[in-house]
Amino acid sequence: MRLPQKNRTIEEAVAHIGDGASIMVGGFGVPGTPFNLIAELVRQGQKNLTIIKNDANEAGMGIDHLLANGQVRKLIVTHLGLNAHAIELMNRGVIEVEFCAQGILAERIRAGGAGLAGFISDIGIGTELAEGKQMVTVDGSDYVLETALRTDAALIHAERCDGFGNLCFAKTARNFNPLMAMAADCVIVQSRNCLPIGDIDPDSIHTPGPFVDHVVALDQLHKEYAIVRR
Amino acid sequence: MVARAARAIEPGMLVNLGIGLPTRVVNFLPTGMEVGLHTENGLVGVGPTMDYDHADCDLIDAGGAYISALPGGAFIDSAMSFAIVRSGRLDLTMLGAFEVAQNGDLANWKIPGKFSPGVGGGIELAQKAAHVMVLTTHTDRKGNPKLLERCTLPLTAIGSVERIFTDMAVVDVTPQGFVLRELAEGISVAEVKSATGAPLMIPDGDIPTF
Repeated sequence: MRLPQKNRTIEEAVAHIGDGASIMVGGFGVPGTPFNLIAELVRQGQKNLTIIKNDANEAGMGIDHLLANGQVRKLIVTHLGLNAHAIELMNRGVIEVEFCAQGILAERIRAGGAGLAGFISDIGIGTELAEGKQMVTVDGSDYVLETALRTDAALIHAERCDGFGNLCFAKTARNFNPLMAMAADCVIVQSRNCLPIGDIDPDSIHTPGPFVDHVVALDQLHKEYAIVRR
Repeated sequence: MVARAARAIEPGMLVNLGIGLPTRVVNFLPTGMEVGLHTENGLVGVGPTMDYDHADCDLIDAGGAYISALPGGAFIDSAMSFAIVRSGRLDLTMLGAFEVAQNGDLANWKIPGKFSPGVGGGIELAQKAAHVMVLTTHTDRKGNPKLLERCTLPLTAIGSVERIFTDMAVVDVTPQGFVLRELAEGISVAEVKSATGAPLMIPDGDIPTF
């Protein structure tokens, strides 16, 4: 027996995403953002997308190309502070933006990936961020119900992978990637270090292959995956 | 003020320094101090800031600054990072502010219709860290006070701020309201009072300067 190979070209992999899709995109700032997959999504031009990501990168980078190209209907993010263009589009009503507390976003995605419908938490009670959420009382204390998130697709950047889709992340490029890699129906991974199956120490794998659908081996990372001099 | 805020960090603490001014506190910590810095994007054991020539593009803090990791540091995913926060493992967080109220309410994520950068991790940090301190200018760019009787902007957290470090003063939030603890060098009690948008109690005796 041997484990199945999932290697695809970037064009094949991203073509699994259709118009109107919901897509989780890994990364926090530059680290862990799958810039190559995003660029291919821009090239293919799928429309009316809902994007779930920690942030919208910076103006002129990553997610911002999808915004500039008019492909995004809605963003679910924790923070837009580094992308003035995204804030402007939000203020003009061109895109819908839903803000979620960062750890709650992570946990909603984790729940979605773990086959759970949601969880309860006391974060944000009494603030605008808890408004409209269902309340739950446990042992006399109030909580809000946080629903799980799942999407049609997830775009993931891994430092190393193999053809089965076993993944290792680097440093602070891990962030949302291993969570999102569990929470979508079609999980697409980019990596410039795609190794033969069996070459990654099984004890060092962060995300195991069964969660991954398509593996894209890159010759090189997109030029935006670099130091940003501000 | 950043140097003064750094003195609030005690050996052995696990600390998160928020985006903006608080991030700069790291550069004022004594070399060799035993302290764990948590950055919510995924590292416990933040080391000194790195210049562009020595930066690693996979290693940033939550504000996007290039950092290093101390020996023994651990990289974690975003769920693990906030498990640390929500489960009460953080001894202290220092956050920026648009407004702080005399009851400890904090507003720092949204100015409706103008600038809404988002909550990021601030809401969980402010609600769950054992101690919450704010590092901010005493007034906004137009000179309006940021320390108020009541916040006017959407809240980040309710009643959580204990102490505020500003360019003018160190102010504590007490059950009776704001209390002046220290003055920045060259600043008078009257100046702080007039720049504060709520009653400011002045303890008897000399007010130390920083």
